Formats: sequence, structure tokens, C-alpha cells
Amino acid sequence: MNDKSEVELLQELGDTVGKPTIEGNPRMSCRNVDVFYNKDSQAIFDVSVDLAKNEILAMIGPSGCGKSTLLRCLNRMNDTIDDCVVKGEIKLDGEDIHSKSIDPVLLRSNVGMVFQKPNPFPKSIYDNVAYGPKLHGLTRNNAELDDLVEESLTKAGLWKETKDRLNKPGTGLSGGQQQRLCIARTMAVKPEVILMDEPTSALDPIATATIEELMYELKSSYTIAVVTHSMQQAARISDRTAYFHLGRLVEVNQTNTVFTNPEHELTENYITGRFG
Amino acid sequence: MNNTDIVRSSLKKRYAKEKRFKAYGILSIGLSLFFLLFLLFDITHKATPAFTQTYINLDIDFSHKNLRLEEKSSYSEKELFNASYRKLTSKALYQLFPEVKDRREKKTLRKLVSSGAQYDLRDLVIANPNYIGTKQSIWILADDDVDTFAKDLIDRNLPEVQRRVKDNQIAWIDHLQAQGKIQKELNTKFLTQGDSREPEQAGIWGALKGSLYVMLLTLILSFPIGVAAAVYLEEFAPKNNWFVDLIEVNINNLAAVPSIVFGILGLAVYINLFGVPRSAPLVGGLVLSLMTLPTIIIATRAALKSVPPSIREAALGVGASKMQVITHHVLPLAMPGILTGSIIGMAQALGESAPLLMIGMVAFVADIPQGFLDPSTVLPVQIFIWADSPERAFIALTSAAIVVLLIFLFLMNLLAIILRKKFETRW
Repeated sequence: MNDKSEVELLQELGDTVGKPTIEGNPRMSCRNVDVFYNKDSQAIFDVSVDLAKNEILAMIGPSGCGKSTLLRCLNRMNDTIDDCVVKGEIKLDGEDIHSKSIDPVLLRSNVGMVFQKPNPFPKSIYDNVAYGPKLHGLTRNNAELDDLVEESLTKAGLWKETKDRLNKPGTGLSGGQQQRLCIARTMAVKPEVILMDEPTSALDPIATATIEELMYELKSSYTIAVVTHSMQQAARISDRTAYFHLGRLVEVNQTNTVFTNPEHELTENYITGRFG
Repeated sequence: MNNTDIVRSSLKKRYAKEKRFKAYGILSIGLSLFFLLFLLFDITHKATPAFTQTYINLDIDFSHKNLRLEEKSSYSEKELFNASYRKLTSKALYQLFPEVKDRREKKTLRKLVSSGAQYDLRDLVIANPNYIGTKQSIWILADDDVDTFAKDLIDRNLPEVQRRVKDNQIAWIDHLQAQGKIQKELNTKFLTQGDSREPEQAGIWGALKGSLYVMLLTLILSFPIGVAAAVYLEEFAPKNNWFVDLIEVNINNLAAVPSIVFGILGLAVYINLFGVPRSAPLVGGLVLSLMTLPTIIIATRAALKSVPPSIREAALGVGASKMQVITHHVLPLAMPGILTGSIIGMAQALGESAPLLMIGMVAFVADIPQGFLDPSTVLPVQIFIWADSPERAFIALTSAAIVVLLIFLFLMNLLAIILRKKFETRW
């Protein structure tokens, strides 16, 4: 048994243990981020964490711990929620994403997002992938667009399965294929960072394995932050792991360290399955 | 008693409940179907006489003397227009029945043909000037009482005082019928003419055109304004703002305001303040747009709300702006719902007569409107005017007008369904 109860541990919670920040130039960095829904309910307390280039950061923690909220802060998706206030500093390549010079539309084309439930547009597979590039005018002609669609679908490992049915609706694909289509759609805009909010929680183990392999391959060209409920998944794919608890970032360390030798007792309790 | 027995004993009751509920459903659907079929049957049955008209064959003498025209080789249209056509049918009838001498009897004889027959003859002569100076055998439109009698809608065994057709008229009609000089033809006037005090001359075209103009204007005004208002309220307006809440409550209340109030508003604002001509489709369309707006706004908001948030997030996630999310994804997905709501609002407006009462669209208008500013009436008002008229033949016309209104409604719904299908298959 534990020496201390969860409540006592929470009360003692100080700064994040481990290595939340990195040396050198991070791709994204958060400093002292607070997030409020309504005026009274605070979802995130004083979180500081960095995302290095070409790394996968896994964010784990029990439900309601604020990991998804932080993820949605990174591309200002929380702007669309009324009464949601974000305080603190979030930087992409050294630039504050809340500064006036950065438009949320521009930010979201640099920081793409993949959602928990596959949400392809009710359009053809081709149109799903081509939507982003068309929106931003990334290609000069149809041939270029065709190439970009093929490239994105190939990277997402979906080209072989869909090249003969590009005009069929994207909603007609299987769940795993839909999620890979959403990843292809995100990549078609050529972002620097891809945020994934529990991308495999609605998928079966085989589809999950495919997506995980895909994430591992994408690491070479993108920075990925992934929220996951599966500790095995975090252990399999991520470079560093961040453990959240009730809106606080408890510990960030190399994934190996977190799962073999966690510094904080709360982290240990979670990964050993005492709660969560 | 173990659990299985408890469950088993309650099963019978549960299934009985289900069966009862199904029976209620079938019963109510059956009842409404019965009433609908009865209504359709009754209306079409009553309307059929209106689709044919009785004509009497007469030898008309287009002599110069009868027409009161000078003898010359050609006449201007104005001269032909001003010639006398009033006596032509009477003279032909006197010739057919020379035994009629009494002045009062002559009058009843004259009344066998429609009082509008002279105008039909005028148009005929203008179209065929070569008839002048000749005798022609022509089918003349019969009076509405003769028409009704010929369609067996007047019982000849009734005492004479209770009949619109007198004994001597019946004798003449029988005589004409025996000679094959009475026949029924398709009623072309019904779909081409405006309203008239004479049932045999009355047509629906004026009211139909009026309704077309009013509906067109209502659609043009209320659809874009309603959808734009709904999009703003649903997507852009700040939430939890007292002013926005106030507007919302008011729109919901407006949808329940009695329609006649909109008529009073139209009278006060459009006619008295802005000086829009009364009785015109313009003011009718403006008033009905006001009435339709809340329905369209409420339906559109519901349709916008039902678009899954995941689609919005997906579009935002690849960097679409708010307006792009709405125009590329939300509106197309909401379109079937928006169209359904709009068609309900439009159908309501099509059947509305109370607000038009206040803006002078219930007047007797014989001319066919040629634009948005001409005095006109609309289908439901025309139905009301005809239903209120004493002549027996108007009963059939009323039902026929209802059939036309229902067809109008049906076509509008069809259009909406086709549009909806188009939007649905695109996705």
C-alpha cells in the first residue's frame, strides 16, 4: 500500500518533475499555461512543456486530467469554444501563437490535428485530401494537386487501397482507413506539427497497429504530440511521455524512464494501475 | 419462483403493450388516410363539372345591319371593337324559336346563352373579319344555369319556383338537345381567364398568376434573409448575450403570431408609410415574407445545429476559416433540413388569406396581373370569393380552384424534394 493518499500527494504537488523543457530550439514550447472553462473552472494549472523537433510526445493521464485541453491549445482549437480562456505563453518556432501577427487559420495550417473519432468529410476520398491544399492554394494546377493527393495518401499508407476508388465517398472506408484518410488530409497541408487526440481509441487492434507504424514513420518529418489512454501505446511509440493529473503536469521524462522508473509517486500509481 | 418465471410472467403483458401501441399507430394512420382520400375524392368529384362547359350551336347572322357597320372593304380593329354584338345571339335564338312572342318570354329565351357571349363574338369577328356579311354556325357559350342543368345538377322534377331554370327554358333546351345543338366542351376559360361575376366566364388564371408572383417574391426575400439570419445567430452571434437571447425569444414568438397581425403590420408599414400600391403582389409578397421568415430561421437553425461538430473541427483543423467551414461544409450538410423548413413556410404562405385581407388582396379583380404592381388576388382568396358566391355553378369552380391550389402545392413540394435529393446524393 501507499504511504500517502492521492489527496495528500496532490496537495504536495509542486513543479513538474523530470525534464519538461529541452535544451536547444524546441518546435513548440508552453510556459505557465493556464486554461479556464467558464470563469470558475480551471482545466489546466501552470503547465510548461517543450516539444522537440521530430519527436513524439505522448500525453497520458486519467480522464479529465487536461491532456486533450492542452493539445487543443497548441493549434488554438479552443478558440472555437465560448468562455474558454488560455493564459500563458505558447510558442511555435519561437513565435507566440497568440500574437496578433499569427492568424489562427495560418497556425492551423502549420499545426495539423487528427481527432479521436475519424471524421472524414462526407465527400470523395480525393476531395478529402485535396480540401486543405485547395483552401490554401498550395498547388498551381490539377496535376500538382493530383501528385500531392497521391503523396499524402502514400505517406498515410492508404494509396494502394484507395487509388482505384478515389471518387468514392471517404465515409465508406473502414474505421482504420478513415483515420488514415484523416491523417493524409492533415499531411496534405504540409504542417510542421501534428496533434493527435486519441487517434486509435475508436479502432481495433490491427488498425491501431497500422496507425502506430505510420506515426513512427512520420516522426522523421513531423513533430507529433499524441494524447492516448493506452499506456502500452505510449510506451511503444513515444520518445518522451508527459503524465497529467487533474490539470497539472506531474512528470515529463524519457518514455523508458517513465515506464520503468517514474520519479513521481502519482505517475507510478497510474502506470502500475492503482487508479485511472 | 425464480427470476426466469418472473420475467416470463411479465412477458405477455409487455408484448400486449407493444401490440396495443402498434394498433393505435395503424389506426391513426388509417384514419388520417381515410380522411385524406375522402377529401380528395370529394373535391375532385365536385370539381369535375367545372372542367367542361356547355355550348349551344346557333346560326349567327354577321350582317352589316346587325353589327351596325358601314359596308366597306376593310375595317380597323377599333371599328370592329366598337361594332354592336349585343343582339347577335338574341336574333339567332328568336329565329330558332319563332313561336316566342311574349316580351317576358323573349327575355328568358335570351338568357339561355352567357351574357359574355357578345365579347366572345367580338373577339371572333376581330380574328376573322371575313365573317362580316355572312351567316355562320357557331358554338356559343351557354348560361351557367343552362350549363348546370345540362350537367344534371338541377332536378327537373322540382316545382318551377324552386328551380333556376324555368319550364319553358327546359323545353327549349330539350328541343336544342334533340337537334344536337347542345354539347359539352373542355373548359378552356377556367385556366386562361381572370375572375368574373358570371361563373361560365370565370377563370383561375388571374389568381394563379397572382399567387405565382407572391410566392416568387416571398421565396426571393425570405429564403436568403432567413438563412443569413439563422447562420449569423447560430454561428457568429455571441452566446450568453442578453440581446441575442432577446432576439431569439422574439423570433420564436413571431412564428406563433396570428397571421392577420402581419397583415396589419404590412398595411401600416408598407402601404401607409412607404406607399406601396395596395392589392399588388409586391405588398403581398412583402407581408408573407415577414410571416415566413421566423419559420425559415427556426428550421435553418435546427438544421445547422444538427451538423456534427466533428465536421466543423475537421475543417478548422486543416485551416479553414469560419466562413469557409460554414459555406463548404455546414451549409451543404444542413441544406436538406433548410429546404424542408423553407417549403413548410412557403406552403403556409401559399395557403394564407388572412394577412392579405388587410392589404387589399381580397378585392374582385377581373384583370390578369401583368407584373408585381398590378392589382391581383391569390388562390386561397379566390377560393373564398367563389365559395361565397350564390350561383350554383360556383360550387364546382370552388372545388376546381382547390384542385389547382393543391396541384400548385404538390409541385412546390416536388421541387423541394428534388432539390433535397440532389443535395443528399452529392455527399
